[in-house]
Amino acid sequence: MIFCKTKGGWTIHLDFLQLLTTPFKQGQIPLLFFPARAEVLPEPLGLVLILASWNFPISLALDPVIGAISAGNTVVLKPSELSPASSSFLANTVPRYLDSAALKVIEGGHDAAEQLLQQKWDKIFFTGSSRVGRIIMAAAANHLTPVTLELGGKCPTILDSLSISDLEVAIKRIVGGKWGLCSGQACIGIDYVLVEEKFASILVELLKKCIKAFFGDSMPNLKNLCRIVSKSHFDRVSNLLGDPRVAASIVHGGSWDEQNLMIEPTILLDPPLDADIMSEEIFGPLLPIITLNKIEESIEFINLRPKPLAIHAFTKNERFKKKLLSETSSGSITFNDAIVQFVADSLPFGGVGESGIGRYHGKYSFDTFSHEKAVLQRSFYLDLEPRYPPWNDFKLDFIKLAYKFDYLGLLLLLSGLRRIFKRSN
Amino acid sequence: MAFFDAAAMMKGLRGTYASGRTRSYEWRVSQLKALLKLASFHEKEIVDALRSDLSKPELESFLQEIALLKESCGLALKELHRWMAPEKVKTMMTTFPSSAEIVPEPLGVVLVISAWNYPFLLSLDPVIGAIAAGNAVVLKPSEIAPATSSVLAKLLGQYMDCSAVKVVEGAIPETTALLEQKWDKIFYTGNGKVGRIVSAAAAKHLTPLVLELGGKSPVIVDSNVDLKVAARRIIAGKWGCNNGQACVSPDYAITTKEFAPDLIDTLRSELEKFYGKDPLKSNDLSRIVNSNHFNRLSKLLDDDKISGKIIHGGQKDIANLKIAPTILLDVPGDSLIMEEEIFGPLLPILTVNNVEDSFNIIKSKDKPLAAYLFTNNKKLKENFISNISAGGLVVNDTTMHLAVPTLPFGGVGESGMGAYHGKFSFDAFSHKKAVLLRSFAGDLSSRYPPYTPKKLNLLKALVNGSLLGILRALLGWHD
Repeated sequence: MIFCKTKGGWTIHLDFLQLLTTPFKQGQIPLLFFPARAEVLPEPLGLVLILASWNFPISLALDPVIGAISAGNTVVLKPSELSPASSSFLANTVPRYLDSAALKVIEGGHDAAEQLLQQKWDKIFFTGSSRVGRIIMAAAANHLTPVTLELGGKCPTILDSLSISDLEVAIKRIVGGKWGLCSGQACIGIDYVLVEEKFASILVELLKKCIKAFFGDSMPNLKNLCRIVSKSHFDRVSNLLGDPRVAASIVHGGSWDEQNLMIEPTILLDPPLDADIMSEEIFGPLLPIITLNKIEESIEFINLRPKPLAIHAFTKNERFKKKLLSETSSGSITFNDAIVQFVADSLPFGGVGESGIGRYHGKYSFDTFSHEKAVLQRSFYLDLEPRYPPWNDFKLDFIKLAYKFDYLGLLLLLSGLRRIFKRSN
Repeated sequence: MAFFDAAAMMKGLRGTYASGRTRSYEWRVSQLKALLKLASFHEKEIVDALRSDLSKPELESFLQEIALLKESCGLALKELHRWMAPEKVKTMMTTFPSSAEIVPEPLGVVLVISAWNYPFLLSLDPVIGAIAAGNAVVLKPSEIAPATSSVLAKLLGQYMDCSAVKVVEGAIPETTALLEQKWDKIFYTGNGKVGRIVSAAAAKHLTPLVLELGGKSPVIVDSNVDLKVAARRIIAGKWGCNNGQACVSPDYAITTKEFAPDLIDTLRSELEKFYGKDPLKSNDLSRIVNSNHFNRLSKLLDDDKISGKIIHGGQKDIANLKIAPTILLDVPGDSLIMEEEIFGPLLPILTVNNVEDSFNIIKSKDKPLAAYLFTNNKKLKENFISNISAGGLVVNDTTMHLAVPTLPFGGVGESGMGAYHGKFSFDAFSHKKAVLLRSFAGDLSSRYPPYTPKKLNLLKALVNGSLLGILRALLGWHD
């Protein structure tokens, strides 16, 4: 799916490239400026830096590159060192197909990133955590470099009451949206679920069944599931279960295989809200279910926390949908599905607040790596004398009237009759 | 100055914003109308404040500050419904069946830090954007224009909803206190040095920015142009804009060695027509804002490297902080005047052999906020438009692009990031939320595990949009 997404990205860009690189005219110009022509011309920013992450190491590296290239920039791409095979693949393959004088792949870890960040870039595009996002932005501030930060956060999923058939589809989409996406290691992956208390047990049962169908019934039999990317992330995620109150809330799974860096799909029911598992982005295969008295309380719950990258809401209640839409803020909101908004290229993909700055996908990728240059063309004819000093009352009146498109007033002024018919401004 | 509790103020504003008060169309309209009233009913007070701060001529105050602000308000009032409306977007095969839209929403509580040269306009124009987009806003006017700062504090206090729109007067301590808070957006107008400080503060909170900075905006003058009109427009853009103290004023000019004498003569004669034989006495020129800037500009003129290069003007009146329109010819590239943004009434003219050589000079410097070209040569014009990067370009005029609300106004590189004016102001203070509505019907089982080759083939075919591929996959034919 990820690979195909990138291919899809290429197709779209090739089709629209012509359209995107020609200037588009803007609308009205005040008559005072006549004759004039105004347009906005997209141009490349120059030399851009793309720092990719490890969870979708091919697409999150190349998708921004597509935007950078179609906007006409030269690019340095630094893949994540936490996905070394993909990094290596990119470093070896990209130069064989692309113009290596204009697109370079630099492999490396912290040191490489630090060195790169000391340079003056015309744009930096970063995908990763909020913590590192701050470091990137601070480095960019030294050079007034604009940034796009694709960060993350705790993406909540709201599950309203549904018919059985809809609920079955919703369950599949939730399970797919949690564990089917790099075992929960995805920025728009479902972090936790909000549901009314009375549906909690049926939710848990259905989730268990679905997990079994998709991934297998126990640790040794697990398949179709990514592992945790590294030992340090493995420790981070497994430590979330270390809090005894959290461990006590496990209703499914909870075991792991440290040697193979696998953690079983795990469901927790109402872990304490002040535990790390409910204050940090999980980025792993643990799914807390938080119960509420009424599903509408999910709005307040979400608003008490930093704005997430994505909200997923499974509901057919139109009023509730409208409320969610207008009363919560997130990078995106998807109704009755999870994750698919990522492949909707007509929608901007990006965060707000803690979940990020800027956006991309489709034309937004092109725009993100472009400068929209304003161009105004005027003629030498019809030069307006009143525009110039020395100022006097006549000129002041003229300018005031012309600015208001008050043609009658102008006519009166020019014919010397205005003083007789002077109206208040 | 009384102790200023930024955190407490922030808490109050967050409470106001959370109550949903600023989000309604009615609230936004009421505030925009209040701004319009404020600008209309207090024109004299505003003009007087600008005269006090900058000796700004009345016409400049009217045209370049008040009229532009009123236009901006009027446009926002007229267009707000359209700007606030969700934008439906096309959806693709990959998410079928679905519908999608982009919904603009406010960012929350935003900070606008204004500048001293157009202290009225550059304070309220961004505030219009912030309010139109439904945010609560704090405005910090520049202390270097104290009369205008005071008038703004008084008038906004009188006319606006003070639970959501606040003015904080002050200098570095107050600005620092403000910058420590977590804002949902910061909009700063000023110079690159402070721009970096604002950026660093914003980075701590991942606060997005608009930085309206400056730079050395060049004006290229080709031969074979209507020289009188060109000269007048250069003068209007330079000395007619706060005596060169404007971010988009032509900073320096470039012309051919051959054409330079004609250009200089015409500039001289038009300058005399505009400002008289003794421009220090003209009422149509702003003064230099304060002695710091006066001394800064004097230093540029005292630079050894440019001795003998002043060919017009150079007179100073330190008591009244006035410097006459001054033209310099062929100053060396490493002189002070060519290294920093002048922001004053000094115009260096550089000469080249061919007018095309001017492009290399411009490209060797940081990207400016604006670049200007006077020419009747179509090829040169096209070359200029495609190859010179700047915030905005104007051909055959100067500065006018900022009065066209359908053009984005902002810089690139050292001259800034982000843009505003017209709808761009609304967008600058909005989050465009992506909304995807999916149905439960037509659930594609191929997207779920267990993954099989058949599912993979089908998905590949779907994403590639190949009907034949879909058919083959459904029928179980593999590649």
